[in-house]
Order: sequence, then structure tokens, then C-alpha cells
Amino acid sequence: MVKIVKMALLSRFVRRFRRDIKSNFLLFKTVANSEYRCLSSLSRPEKLVSEETKEQETNGGHKAVVPLECRFVYPEFLPDPRVGRRNSLRERLERMDMLNRRSNIDVPEFYTGSILAVSSANQHAPEKLSRFVGICIQRGGCGLRAFFILRNVIDHQGVEMFYEMYSPLIQKIEVLRLEKRLDSELLYLRDALPEYCTFPLDMEPEHLSQGSTVPVNPIKVKLKPRPWLERWERQELKGVQDLGLPERFYKRAAEVARPWEKYDLMKEYRESIPAEEQESIFAEVYTQLQQLEITKKMKRKRTFVRPKRTG
Amino acid sequence: MGWPLIMWRKFPKLRSVGQTFHTSPACSHVIKLTRLRVVDNSEIGKQAMAEGKPPKCIHVYNKKEVGTIGDKVLLAIKGEKKKGILVGVKQNQRALIPKFDSNNVVLIDDNGTPLGTRIHVPIPQILRTILKKKNVVKGADYTKLLALATRFV
Repeated sequence: MVKIVKMALLSRFVRRFRRDIKSNFLLFKTVANSEYRCLSSLSRPEKLVSEETKEQETNGGHKAVVPLECRFVYPEFLPDPRVGRRNSLRERLERMDMLNRRSNIDVPEFYTGSILAVSSANQHAPEKLSRFVGICIQRGGCGLRAFFILRNVIDHQGVEMFYEMYSPLIQKIEVLRLEKRLDSELLYLRDALPEYCTFPLDMEPEHLSQGSTVPVNPIKVKLKPRPWLERWERQELKGVQDLGLPERFYKRAAEVARPWEKYDLMKEYRESIPAEEQESIFAEVYTQLQQLEITKKMKRKRTFVRPKRTG
Repeated sequence: MGWPLIMWRKFPKLRSVGQTFHTSPACSHVIKLTRLRVVDNSEIGKQAMAEGKPPKCIHVYNKKEVGTIGDKVLLAIKGEKKKGILVGVKQNQRALIPKFDSNNVVLIDDNGTPLGTRIHVPIPQILRTILKKKNVVKGADYTKLLALATRFV
């Protein structure tokens, strides 16, 4: 009798566990390696606000509630999940330095697929300043080593620039178009037709309404004929049109595929930071980041636009 | 080719297998026999690119014999030997230095004067500093090349 009850409880627990895991996997269905860090290993995400954060007193006695979106807006604050690379003191110092840098220059929220314009100090240029406009094809790195790569096609020549986000040489980062794409890395744009990467260098910033979610651009890019830089048919790319390859490519891709990896819990655990730790990290920095956001909004409202003389 | 020669003699069939896969990642170096893209409007350059026979690098004037931005190279175009300056490479660069989709070269003569009259492709800013240094060191004049560029990246 006791055994039956125990079995029933166990099976219910297993079912609930599996349901929660399944819901997590549905939420992050196709996940490239870079997104793993933001995944939560916690099975019930609504319990993210722990007891300690509820008791924290900030200005006006507000509860310091750290929203879940922090991990996507500021992904470089999460450290490298590899065990050999973890060093809590170094991480805390890096976070201090990152906040310091953010108080000097506005590092906006952007995702791969957003169009940015970066002005950087360039000792080789006569004006000592150079500006580059491009679409962000890759974003990565942790802490002060966070980087992003911008791509643009200028005068029918594809150019890419690698930027370190916290480099003191960067003077200004503007987001001209804030949007996401269907994939987390757009390296296939190197093999795509040039029209998908061409952005005018004097592009005007496009503003989104306050409080709206970041739009997802469902565009399907057409690739140039083979040879390509990578075997795109072997990667589950959402943002490309039908590749139009002979059957043998897809057959070989199916043979080489590792479909069990998405069920590998330990792999996910190793490549992500546990939710409790993410929470504590963002609880440390969230108040300051909020302050920076508020000052940025106030600055935007206060900037005086000098009226231009017409006629 | 890290195999000692005795292995090829003992297992001759392995040689053909070894030639079908790469054991190191692609590094996009500009070395001897690399095909380059001529980006100025010199006659010989335009003809070579139009024919579909891009110039091949036969020597890199560098201690390492691996070319990067600003290196002088000796090219074989249409049966002739011409010198050129690399103005853009596919190799991954440091931060803030642009990386191009093709290995671009501008043809020059021995004194450093370019053979064409215009470069229609963007040129990296770092080339200014590299060529200025080369002016001093080598005694050639590369400033005319920079004057031809329409856009700097």
C-alpha cells in the first residue's frame, strides 16, 4: 500500500518535472550555443523573485524586482559558464568596471539583426574619428571582453568590423533599427546576396514606441550559389530560404545530425548559469542599470534641438 | 603535413585520404599562389578580372611571406609580373580594423605609383599609417595610392 502511494507520488513528480522541462524547451526551441547562457535551469520561472530581493529596500521603499529580461538585454553581465573560467572576485570587479563604463557612454540594448552605427576613435583617420554602420551578425563574449560584429556592403564590397563593447576607443553606439531575427547568429549573411546586408551609411535612426516589445523580423534570406563558408544545410537556420541543394546534402546532414543534444540536460547545465546565480548577479547591478536608463531618458527629453535656419 | 616520410611509403593509400580533408581551420592567409582581386581601374587589372583569371601572388615582400593589409606583393597577371599593395584581406583582424569579403590588391610600379586612376572599393584607414611608415623606410612614394581611394572605412 505504502509502496503504491510512493510510486504514485514519484510518477506525479516525474510528470511535473518533465512538463516543466518540456515547457522550458518549447520556450527556447531552437537554441544556438550562444543563447544557452541565458537559459534557466529552474523548473518554475515565476518563483524567480526570491525572499531576499523582496526584502531589499531601495529608494522610496520599492521592492527590487529583477525582471527576467535582464539576461537578454545585458547578456555580457553573465560570466562564462565554463568551470575553469569562473572567478567570483574577477567577475565582481569586471561588473564594477562595466557599470563604470556604462556611466560614461550609453551602451544601448541591441540584438543580432539590429542595425547599429558605431563611432570610434581612430588614430589613423585625419579626423581621428571613424563611423561605421552595419547589421550585427554576431554578439558574444562575457564581461569586459564582450564583442559584436557589424557587417555592411559598401560599394559592392562586403566589410565587417569587430568591436569590443567596453573598449574606451568607442565614442558612441547608436541603434538605428532595433529588431531581432529568427536566428541568434547571422553568419550566413556572408554567403547571402549583397542586398540583404546593404545599409546606407547615412541611415536615420528608426524609433520604436515606448514600452513596445522588440519586433522580430521574419525575413528569409536568399543565399548565393555554393561554395559557402559553412555547411548551412547542417545548421537549423530559420532565417534562410530553401537552400535548393541536391538530396544527398540533406541525407548526409541527417546522418551527421545530433538530435539528442536538445534533450541533454547536463549539456544545458554546463553551458548556462543557474537561475539563482543569474538572479544574484542582476540583483547586484540592476539598481545602477535602472538609474542609467532613467538618466538616459531624461537626457533624451532634455536635449535641445537647435532650430535650423531655412531660406 | 606532420607525417614522417616513412609513413607515406608504408601506407601509400593514406596519402590520398589525407589530401581530402583539412586538419587545420581556414586561416585566409595571403601567401604564394593566392588569387587576389584587383580593385583599381588599370587596364591590365580590368582585363584579368573580366577574363576570369585573377592575378596570383607569387611573392610576398614580408619576413613571414604571409600578406596582410599594406604589404607589397608580386603578382602574375596575364603572363606578366606586376607589383601590388594589399588593401583589404579576408583574414580576421583585430578590433576596429575592417575585414573584407575578398583579398583586394592595387597594382603599383616599382616606385609605388599606382597603375590605375581610381579605387572604387573602400580602403581601411590603417593603410594611411602603414604606407606612411613604408614611405620613410623603403623610400618609395605610396601617398598617390591613398589619393586614389574614394572611400575610407
